[in-house]
Amino acid sequence: MLRDITLGQYYPAKSIIHQLDPRVKLVTTILYIISLFVAKGIAGYAVATVFLVMVVKMSKVPFRYITKGLKAVIMILMITVIFNLFMVNGEVELWRFGFLRITDKGLRTAVFMAIRLIYLIIGSSIMTLTTTPNDLTDGLEKLLGPLKKVRVPVHEIAMIMSIALRFIPILLEETDKIMKAQTARGADFESGNLIQKAKAMVPLLVPLFISAFRRANDLAMAMEARCYHGGDGRTKMKPLHYESRDKMAYGVSWGYLLLMAVLSFAQGFYGVMLL
Amino acid sequence: MSIKIKDVNYIYAESTAYEIHALKDINLEIPDGQFIGLIGHTGSGKSTLVQHLNGLIKATSGRIYFNGRDIYGENFSMRELRSKVGLVFQYPEHQLFEVDVLSDVCFGPKNLGASKEEAERRAKEALRMVGMGEEYDKSSPFELSGGQKRRVAIAGVLAMEPEVLILDEPTAGLDPRGRDEILDQIERLQKERGITVILVSHSMEDVARYVDRMIVMNQGQVRFDGVPREVFRHGKELEEMGLAAPQMTYLMQALKDKGADVDTDATTIEEAADAIEQWLKG
Ligand SMILES: Nc1ncnc2c1ncn2[C@@H]1O[C@H](COP(=O)(O)OP(=O)(O)OP(=O)(O)O)[C@@H](O)[C@H]1O
Ligand SMILES: [Mg+2]
Repeated sequence: MLRDITLGQYYPAKSIIHQLDPRVKLVTTILYIISLFVAKGIAGYAVATVFLVMVVKMSKVPFRYITKGLKAVIMILMITVIFNLFMVNGEVELWRFGFLRITDKGLRTAVFMAIRLIYLIIGSSIMTLTTTPNDLTDGLEKLLGPLKKVRVPVHEIAMIMSIALRFIPILLEETDKIMKAQTARGADFESGNLIQKAKAMVPLLVPLFISAFRRANDLAMAMEARCYHGGDGRTKMKPLHYESRDKMAYGVSWGYLLLMAVLSFAQGFYGVMLL
Repeated sequence: MSIKIKDVNYIYAESTAYEIHALKDINLEIPDGQFIGLIGHTGSGKSTLVQHLNGLIKATSGRIYFNGRDIYGENFSMRELRSKVGLVFQYPEHQLFEVDVLSDVCFGPKNLGASKEEAERRAKEALRMVGMGEEYDKSSPFELSGGQKRRVAIAGVLAMEPEVLILDEPTAGLDPRGRDEILDQIERLQKERGITVILVSHSMEDVARYVDRMIVMNQGQVRFDGVPREVFRHGKELEEMGLAAPQMTYLMQALKDKGADVDTDATTIEEAADAIEQWLKG
C-alpha cells in the first residue's frame, strides 16, 4: 500500500529520454511549464499535447505509470475545475440553478485549467520517471552552480536533496516492516476513534524514529570515514557533459517554446478567429 | 492447529517494473506439534511464506486453511489467527518501543485483551524463558546489547502464548552460546506445550539438531520436504541451491568413499560419533 507512492520514483528503461543529460530534462520541464502558461486557445494546447505525447512515447514509460501520479492530486484538480466553472463570469449563460451559474467563459477556463494542470503533472512526472534521483540532484547542482558566487551552498543543498530522496523508499520499507511486526503482536492500526488511532501509532513511530536516527548516524559516520568534507574541490565520478543529442534536445525545447509564444501572440492578435 | 497451504502464489509490486514472483504454487500441510525447519538461500521466499501464515500478507492467488477454515473467508477473524500464530520477525529488535523491557513484552498480551496482572505474569515468564533475568525488567530496551534486544523481542511474541510459533532467523548474528540457549529453550517449549514451531534458518547444523521435518525452498518453490536425513541425501542439489548439507554428512560421505562402512545419514556430531563407533566395533 505504501509502496504505491510514485513520488520521485524512477522507471528503469532504455530510451533516448532516459539517456538525456539531467540538465536538459530539468530545463525542458521548466520550459514546458512556462509554455503551458503562455498557451492560449486550441492551437496552443494542440501543440502542447503533441509535444507531450511525443516525449511520453519516446520515454517508453507505460502510460498507466504516468497517470498514477495524477491520482494523488485528483482532489486539487477537481476543486480547481469546480471553482473556475462557477466563479468565472462570461456573457453566455449555459446553465443556472439558484445562485450557481455556468457561462461559456467559465466552462472554457475550467477545461483549459484542467488540461494545464494535468499536463503540468505529467510533464514533471516524465522527468522524475526517466531520471534517477542521483542524476537529478547532480543536474540541479550543476545548473545552480553559478549561485555559489553569491554564497548559496549549492552542493550542500544538492547533497541534502539526494540523501532525502534516497531515504524515502528506505523509510517506507521500514514503516511497512515495523507495521507488520507490530500487527503480528496484535497491534491494530485501523479501527478505533481518532485518539485511539493516534495512540496506536506510538508502537510504529518510536521504532521508526529510532531507526531513522540510527541510519542518519551510520551514514554520517560512513561519510566521515571516507573523508567527506563538503563540496570544495570534490570531483565527480561521472561528470556531466553534453552530447550532441542533448544539444538537439535543447534546440527542440526552445523551438517548441518559441512556437508556443508565436501562437499565443497570434491568438492575441486575431483573437476570436482562432477561438 | 493444522495449517494447510494450497496453491499459494505471491507477487511483490504486481504489474510494475519491479515485479517479483516471490512464491510459486506452494502446497504444504503443517500438522499439530511438529518442529519444522524452513531453509533456503537468501531471497528464496522464506520470510514471504511465513508472513502468509498469520495473514500479514495476502496471497496473490491460492488459499490458506487454519484448522480447516479459509483465512481469506468472510467471517474469519485475523485477530484470532494472529493470537494463535505468533511470528517473530527477522531482526525483531527493531520493533521495540516501550520505556522498559517488561512493558514492551506486555504489549502483545495486552493487545489480546489480557489484564495488566495477567500480561505481566506472562511477560515475566517469557522473559525468563529467553534467559533475561529480573534485573533487566525495568531497563530501557534501547540500552541493551543486540543479543539481549533480540531475546526481549522473542519474549514479546512468546508472551502471547501462541499455538504455532514461527521464528524468522532468530539466531542470525548471535554468538554460538546465545544461539544454543535460545534454540534449546524453543525446543523445550515445543516439547512441553506441544506447540508447532517453524524455524526459518540458514544453518543446516541448527536445523539438523532440532527439527523433525525440513522444508527446503529455492526461488519461491518448495524443493524438498521431509525428515532432515532424507533431505540431506540430496547434498548435490542442495549445493546447487547455494546451501550445503551439515559438515558431518560430508565427513561420513568422505569416510564411506575411503571404504569405511559407516551410516552416511548421521548429521550431528553425536550421531556421527555413534556411527563411527559402531563401524569400529564391526
Ligand atoms: N517488501 C518487498 N517488496 C518487494 N520485494 C520483496 C519484498 N520482500 C521481499 N521481496 C523479494 O521477494 C523475494 C523473496 O524474499 P524473502 O524476504 O521472502 O526471502 P528470504 O528467503 O526470507 O531471504 P533471507 O534469507 O535473505 O531472509 C526476494 O527476491 C525479495 O527481493
Ligand atoms: Mg527472510
